[in-house]
Amino acid sequence: MSNAILVVGGGFSGLTAAIEAAELGHDVYIVEKSPWLGGRVAQLNKYFPKLCPPSCGLEIQFQRIRKNPHIHCLTMAQVIGLSGSKGKYSVRVRLEPRRTPAHNVDFTFLASALEGETPSEFDLGLTGRKALYKAMPFAYPPRYVLDEATLSKSDLARVAGQANLDLKEEAHEVELEVGSIVIATGWKPYDVTKLANLGAGNVKNCISNMQLERLASPFGPTQGNIVRPTDGRVPHTVAFVQCAGSRDQNHLNYCSYVCCMATLKQCLYLAEQHKDTKITVFYIDLRAPGRYVKVLEKVQALPNVHFIKGKVANATQGVGNTVDIQAEDAIRGEKLTLNYDLVVLATGMQPTLATEDCVFPVKLDADGFITTGEESGIFVAGCAQMPLDVTRSAQSATAADLKAVQTVKGR
Amino acid sequence: MAEKIGVYFDLANIGGGVNVQSLADEATKKWGNLIALTKLVPELAKATDEIRADIEAQGLDGVLLCGASPRIDNELYRFAVPVDYVNLREQCVLAYKNPDGSPYIPAATAPANLQQMAQDYVQMGVAKMQKSTPPDSAAIEVTRRILVIGGGWTGLTAAAEAVDMGYEVVLVEKADKLGGAVINMPTASPLGPSWEYKSPTNLADKVAKITGNMRITVYLNAVMAKLSGQPGQYTAEINVAGEVKTEAIGSVILATGWKPLDPKYLEPMGLGKSSKVVTAAEFGKMLLADAPLPKRVAFVLDTTMAEEALKAKAAEAEAEAAAAEQAPQAEGAEGEEKAFVKADLESFAHLKYSNAVNSVGMLRLANTVCEKTADKSQAYILYKNMTVPGILERFYKKMQDRLGVMMTKADVTDIREDDDHMVVECKNTLLGQDFNLEADLVVLPTGLVPTTAKDVTVQFDYRQGPEFPDLELFDGFADSNYICFPYETRRTGVYAAGCVRQPLTLDACEVDAKGAVLKAVQCLEAANLGVAVHPRALDNSYPVFNFVRCTQCKRCTEECPFGALDDDEKGTPKPNPARCRRCGTCFGACPERVISFANYNIDQIGSMIRQVVVPADFKKEGPRVLILACENDAYPALDMAGMRRKAWSPYCRIIPVRCLGSVNAIWISDAMSKGFDGVVLLGCKYGDDYQCHFIKGSEICNRRMQNIAETLDRLGVQPERVAQLEVAIDEYDKVPTMIDNFVARITALGPNPFKGM
Repeated sequence: MSNAILVVGGGFSGLTAAIEAAELGHDVYIVEKSPWLGGRVAQLNKYFPKLCPPSCGLEIQFQRIRKNPHIHCLTMAQVIGLSGSKGKYSVRVRLEPRRTPAHNVDFTFLASALEGETPSEFDLGLTGRKALYKAMPFAYPPRYVLDEATLSKSDLARVAGQANLDLKEEAHEVELEVGSIVIATGWKPYDVTKLANLGAGNVKNCISNMQLERLASPFGPTQGNIVRPTDGRVPHTVAFVQCAGSRDQNHLNYCSYVCCMATLKQCLYLAEQHKDTKITVFYIDLRAPGRYVKVLEKVQALPNVHFIKGKVANATQGVGNTVDIQAEDAIRGEKLTLNYDLVVLATGMQPTLATEDCVFPVKLDADGFITTGEESGIFVAGCAQMPLDVTRSAQSATAADLKAVQTVKGR
Repeated sequence: MAEKIGVYFDLANIGGGVNVQSLADEATKKWGNLIALTKLVPELAKATDEIRADIEAQGLDGVLLCGASPRIDNELYRFAVPVDYVNLREQCVLAYKNPDGSPYIPAATAPANLQQMAQDYVQMGVAKMQKSTPPDSAAIEVTRRILVIGGGWTGLTAAAEAVDMGYEVVLVEKADKLGGAVINMPTASPLGPSWEYKSPTNLADKVAKITGNMRITVYLNAVMAKLSGQPGQYTAEINVAGEVKTEAIGSVILATGWKPLDPKYLEPMGLGKSSKVVTAAEFGKMLLADAPLPKRVAFVLDTTMAEEALKAKAAEAEAEAAAAEQAPQAEGAEGEEKAFVKADLESFAHLKYSNAVNSVGMLRLANTVCEKTADKSQAYILYKNMTVPGILERFYKKMQDRLGVMMTKADVTDIREDDDHMVVECKNTLLGQDFNLEADLVVLPTGLVPTTAKDVTVQFDYRQGPEFPDLELFDGFADSNYICFPYETRRTGVYAAGCVRQPLTLDACEVDAKGAVLKAVQCLEAANLGVAVHPRALDNSYPVFNFVRCTQCKRCTEECPFGALDDDEKGTPKPNPARCRRCGTCFGACPERVISFANYNIDQIGSMIRQVVVPADFKKEGPRVLILACENDAYPALDMAGMRRKAWSPYCRIIPVRCLGSVNAIWISDAMSKGFDGVVLLGCKYGDDYQCHFIKGSEICNRRMQNIAETLDRLGVQPERVAQLEVAIDEYDKVPTMIDNFVARITALGPNPFKGM
C-alpha cells in the first residue's frame, strides 16, 4: 500500500494535479515524455482572455515544485508497464538518455557553435534546432538535452571532450510504487496532413494556429513578429479557418473548445502588430462561452476583422506564395473564391492517447478520450478526458487530484 | 540571526574573469567571524556532500551559495540550515556590459565594474542572511469541518466529497429543501461519456447521500449571519429561520449558485407581456409538472432584440440626464467610515454570459419535448451562435438527427402575438430566406445571475467588510482573476465553486465542486502546519507586529489584499496568520516599520542596500541605480534576459522583493542616503487584467509612489529619481532597454544631492 500518487504528463493539468497533492503532503511522481514540464501551454504566446503570458503561471508552478521535496519529476520518461491494483500499483518507467548533467549547466556557447540542425519540434517545424538544446528560456528542469542523432561529424568532435556531456548514457528503467494515478496526457494539434482539402500541410503560408502562437512568441522563430514564413513579409490579408478538423465526423467528432477563443486572441495579436492587416474569420459558430463573450465583442468591434459564417471547402497555393480559398457564405448562400497572404488553420485538439499505446487499464472512446478508470484508482485530468481551456483544465486536474488523494488517504 | 555562515562559490557558474578569491577575501574581511568559512568549489552541484559535512562539522547556521540564479537547482541544495543564493551568473556576469554600452567579451580578468558588482552582490547576500532568522511556527489547532454554503448541485457534490475525504461538513441551504435549481430541471445535460444523451439528475439520490450522513449537519431555511476568525479556526454564525446557530469551521466552500435574471430585461421579447412566452427555467418546471405540451415550441437563443431595446433605453436615459443638470453628490469626509451598502451588480450581460448553459439547456429541453410527444410536437431552436463547446458537441450532433427538432441560425427581429399563437420573425437564416415562424410557445433563455451579484453571501466579519472585494471586476461572479489558478480568492480559506463562479453546466459544476474541496482541505491543513497556501505554499514565515510602536494608522489593515488583518476599537491591527499569504504588503504600508517577517524585513533590505559601494565620483564612475524587483515576474524576466545575453547598465544593483506591495518607502530613503542616484521598482502589470500574484501589490505600490514623490520633493531630491516600471515575465528582451533608458535619464539628471553626505 502506498500513499504516493503518479501523475502521467507534465503539462498544465499534470502540474496542477501533482503540486496540489504534494502540498497536501503526498509524494508525487510526474512522468513527462518531453525533456521539460509545461506541455502545450509552454508553446503559447498568451492566454485568452487576459492576454497574459503562460510562463507567468508556469513560473509559480515551478517555484512550488522547487520548494516541495514531495515532488519527483521524471522527464524524457514514459510509463511502460503497470502491475498491481488500486492502492498498490507498481509502475515501470523508462527514461531516455538526456546526456547532460543532473544540474543546470549553461551550454549556450557550445550549443550555438554546433552545426547539425533538425526541425524544431517545439516551434512546429518553423525553424531548426541544434543537437544540444533547451526549447524555452523558462525551461524546467533548466537543463539542456543532447540529441545524438542531430550531431554532425564536426559536432561529434566538439562534444567528445566535454566532461559535462555523456554520450554513452543509456536509457534506463525505474520502478515506482504508487497508490493512485492521475492521467494528464493532454492533447496535440490535429495532424494537418490529414486535412487534404486544406492543403495537407503542403500549401505555403497556410499555417496552423499553434504555429501562429510560435510566430507571435518573443522566443519564437521570429522573436514575436507575425510574418509570412516564406518571405518574412507582413501579411496584409489573413484568413482564419475555424473547425479545421473539429466538428467533423471524418476527423474529430467533437468541438475542440478553445479554437474560437484562440482565433479571437490571435486577431488581437494581429490588430496590435499590423493595424492595417485585413482579417477574415470563416466559422460555423463563434463559441465564446460565458464571460469570454467580452472578447468576442471586442474583436467584432475591430474595424479590420470580418466574420463569415461558412465552411472553407479548400485551400490551394496562389500566386506569390499566397493562399487561395474557396468557401461558402452560409447566410447568403454564395460560393466565394478569395486570396490571402496568410491562412491560419484553427486546428483542433486531439487527445494524445488517440494515436499512442495506453498501458493503463482504462477504456478510450472512438476519439481517444479516456472514459473509465475510477474503479481502478485511475483518474483523468484535463484534455485526456475532453477538450478544455486552461482554467477548466486546472479545475479538472484539481478535481481528479481530490479523487486520487481520497484513494490513497490513510494508507 | 545567522552567525556562522558558510559561503560557497561555484566556479563553474561564475566565470567572466571575476576574481572569485578576492570576493571571498573581501567577504571575510568585512564580516569577520560571522563567516565561518568560504570555499571556492569547482562545481557546486558536486559539492553537496561536502557542504553537508561542513554544516555538521563546523556547526554552520546558514549556507550562502554564490553562482547561478536562486531559481536554479534548488532541489539539489536542501540542507538542514537555511540556504540563500547570490546570483552571480544570470544577473551579474551574463548581464554585464561595458559602461559605454559595448558588449563585454569575457576576459581573463574582469573589468573593475564587473568585479565591484559581483562583490556588492556577495556582501548584500551575507547581509541578507545575517538579518534572517528561521521563523518560529504559526501552527494552530484546526477544526476539520468544512462549511458548504449552498445546497444545490455544486454544494451537494462538495459536501459528499468532503466527507469522503474524512472531514465533517456543515451544509447551509437558504431554501426549505436541498437541490437548488436542479429541483426544477426535468433532466440534466449529459453528465458523462459518451456525452451524447441527456442524463437523469438522480437528485433524490444525491440528496439522500447527504441527509443520511451522520457527519453532515444540514441547516435548511438558513443563511450566513457571520463568518469570523481565520482558516482552521472560523466561527460561523448561521441564521436558521431566525435563530442563530454557531459552528466551529475549518474552511469554506461557497456554492450559492445563481438567481434568474430580472424578467424586465426580456420584456422586449414578449416576456411578461404574453403568457405564451416563458424562460427556459420556467419551461423546465412545466415539463416537470407534465403540463400539456404545445404543438410548436420556439426556443429563441438570440437575444439581440432585448439588448438593442436596452441600449436604446439607456441612450434615452443618458440624454435625459444630460438635459437635467445634476447636482454633484456630496462626498463623505476623509477617513469617515462609510456604512456598507451592497452594490447590485445584476445586468443584461449575465444573460450573454449564460450563452453556453442556455445553448445546452435548450437542446436538453427540446429533447424532452421530443421524447414526451414522440416527436409529434415540433421544437425550433433559433440561435446566433450555437454555443455548445467541447465534448457536448456530441449531444448537439445527436439532436440534429432528431425528427422533432429544427435548428437554424437566425437573427430574431420580432416576437409578437397573433391570434392564438406567437410569430417569431427570423432573418439571415440558413434556409436561404427570411421567414416568420409560428409557434404556440416561445422559450427564452434564462440569465444566470450569481448570488454574489445580489447578496452578501458569506458575511465576513472582517475589517475590510462582509463582501468579497472587487466583485465588479468579475461582473459579480465570485471568480478568480487567474487563468492558471481558478481557486484563488481574496479571502483565504473560502473557495467558490459552480455557477456562483461562472455559468456552468452540471457536469462542470461537479468537477468544480471537487476541486474546491481539495483546496478547502489543503488550506485547513496548511493552517494546522502554520504554512502559507498558494502562491507561497509551504512558507512558514508570517508577519510579526511590534505593537509598542504602532500608531494605529490602519494602513496595513486597509491595504492587505487578503483582508488578513482585523483591528480593535483603537485601530490596533489584529493579525490572522492563517489568512495571510506572506506577501509583505502590510510592512510595505507601515510608516512606523513595526511589521516584519523573521526572514524578510525592513532592516534586512535596508542593510543590503547599505552594502553597495557607491562611488563618490558620479562623472567618472557613473551613477548607481537600485532595482527592487518582484521575485515572481520581474526577477525571472531579468534572469532570462541574462541567459539570453541581453545585458543592462552595469550601474544597477538588483534586490528581489516578495511583491512590490512589500516595498517600504524607507528603502528608498535608505538608497538615497546611501548615495544611489535612482531607484526602479520593477513589478507586475496592474489594472483590471492585473498579473500581480498578490492581487494588489503592484497597484498599491503605484499608489504609494505619490507619497514617495512628495517625500523626495521635501528632501530636495527630484521625484523622477524613483520610477515604477511594469514588466511581464515574457518581456525579457525589453526589460534591459527599460532599465537602460532609466539609467540614461538619471545620468542626464546628474548625481543625487545626498551623494557623499
